[in-house]
Amino acid sequence: MSTATAPGAAATGAPRAPAPRRRPGHGSLTRRPATGWLFVLPAALIVVVLFLLPLGVLLVMSFTDWPLLGAPEPAGLENYASIPDDDLFVGAIGFTLLYTALATALIFGISFVLAAVSASPRRGAAFYRTAFFLPYVVGTAAAALIWYAAVNPRTGVMERLARAVGLTDGSFGFLATPDKALWTTLSLVVWKFIGFQVVVLVVGLQSVPGELYEAARMDGASSLQRLRWITLPFLRPTLALLLVLSVTGSLLAFDQFYVLTGGGPDRSTVTLVFAIYQTAFTSFDLGRAAALSVVLLLALVAVNGLQLLALRHRED
Amino acid sequence: MGPTVVTPARPAATDAPVPGRRRRSGRVRAASATGTGVFHLLSATAALLFLAPLVHTALNSLKTPEEASAQPPTWFPRSLSLANYGRLTTFGEGIGTYLVNSLVLSALSVLFTVVASVLAGYGFARFTFRGRGLLFGTTLLILMVPYASLLLPLYIVLGWLGLQNTVVGVALVLTMFQLPFGVFLMRNSFESVPREIEEAALVDGATSLRALRYVSLPLVAPGVATVALFSFIASWNEFLAPLIFLTGGDRYTLPIMLTFLRSGAYGAVDYGALQAGVVLAVLPTLVVYLLLQRYYVAGLTGGALRG
Repeated sequence: MSTATAPGAAATGAPRAPAPRRRPGHGSLTRRPATGWLFVLPAALIVVVLFLLPLGVLLVMSFTDWPLLGAPEPAGLENYASIPDDDLFVGAIGFTLLYTALATALIFGISFVLAAVSASPRRGAAFYRTAFFLPYVVGTAAAALIWYAAVNPRTGVMERLARAVGLTDGSFGFLATPDKALWTTLSLVVWKFIGFQVVVLVVGLQSVPGELYEAARMDGASSLQRLRWITLPFLRPTLALLLVLSVTGSLLAFDQFYVLTGGGPDRSTVTLVFAIYQTAFTSFDLGRAAALSVVLLLALVAVNGLQLLALRHRED
Repeated sequence: MGPTVVTPARPAATDAPVPGRRRRSGRVRAASATGTGVFHLLSATAALLFLAPLVHTALNSLKTPEEASAQPPTWFPRSLSLANYGRLTTFGEGIGTYLVNSLVLSALSVLFTVVASVLAGYGFARFTFRGRGLLFGTTLLILMVPYASLLLPLYIVLGWLGLQNTVVGVALVLTMFQLPFGVFLMRNSFESVPREIEEAALVDGATSLRALRYVSLPLVAPGVATVALFSFIASWNEFLAPLIFLTGGDRYTLPIMLTFLRSGAYGAVDYGALQAGVVLAVLPTLVVYLLLQRYYVAGLTGGALRG
């Protein structure tokens, strides 16, 4: 925060007795609450009307029987009580956790290698880094359509590739079984999202003081020891942040499954958000979908809180 | 703080070679030549794998429709043609409508996000007022709430506002989700501009708005570019919000229309046309990213790591 802002005034907001002023005009800038409010008004309106109000509506909805058309009726706790019997949602919990674990492990494992490549002093590293990052600016829906076209059994190039390398004689069926559909989607997700992690890791790597490596080298530390005792400790906050982002992002996955697998085969790739979407817009049961959303929201807040707590604990 | 936020992270490749080369002694030079060879072999393979889906899609979109639906598929186009792009004009309302919808949605989102973020960033950086900390904290709280769980009640609220099934409504929703990043980045940018610069203008009788417009805004232009760029890419690519909020064939944005094309809503799936559509959906963000790369990386490292 800039030193020019009157300290304390922000917290209390109460008009204070004029502090000794060194510069005329200073006070006139900081103590015009009305003008300040005018500047933040558009953002405040958006936050109140499109964030706080919907948050309240979500809570109310979750306690009502709210059809897409027609009048809502109070339903008490029924929407919450019926969650354990909701096979679609309960199944989605298991699948989403499995997907989150696999996606996070894959992205972390592979991104270390790619970050090492990207941070290399060798010529060409900038080009490689751009190549790894480009998919990140491709929309998830567009990326899923690229995969969908490539793996389709009729004209998909991946089917031909699978035959060419002897994986199969007939059709491999990249989306045909639950396992194959999951791994095909995982390959898409790694491709699409890993660039972000690589760039953030490279920035983290660059923040490690070079002198430390020099000193360690002089002391005869091996490259593995340098990685363990210098690089990893310096990267810890970065890694914690990436873990939070990767886990929360994966728990909220929707686009890639909606577009690529459609939740199939046999509803085996339905994620939590997908289940909520179907409850709301296929079953038209908005009240129940709202209850599911509240559960998801609380779970996410808990996950975020736990991870941040763990991060703070480790930093101490 | 602002200038550091918008200073692009210097690529390793440009600043690292000097110490790297200096360190290399004669003894290691031979080994490092082999190392460099292995490095490039592995890295180039990885880069090829990452570029292949994009290149393959672009090449396939340029096949003739007959070749694009050939079984088995050809690896590379035998002849080039724009016919797949031509076919896109026959689906639904025609590709032009959906392109325009996507453009309008992105333009509105960028406009709303930039205006709200710049004004709020300036207000938070320059003024004290009751509720300032609370409002700033609430804005950042948006990041904590899963995006998807808010869309449902937003659907209801937009209905109350008469904005259901309108591009403006979707743009406002996307603006809300961009606000934490935008407000945070703009506040930091303005805080890094010494207020003394503005005081001269204020003493001369300029209003705060004029001081913002003519004195500080030019100085935080890189931050504005970062906010605009993020907002553009996010809204151009956005899928779930338009899917839920927009109904009626002529309102759909490009990603929604392409999913309908994929699901065969317009007849049997035409993979050539689908890939042509994907190219149209991907090209703007790729071009914008490659042109404004430094603002994008600055936003990722500045906003994401500090946020």
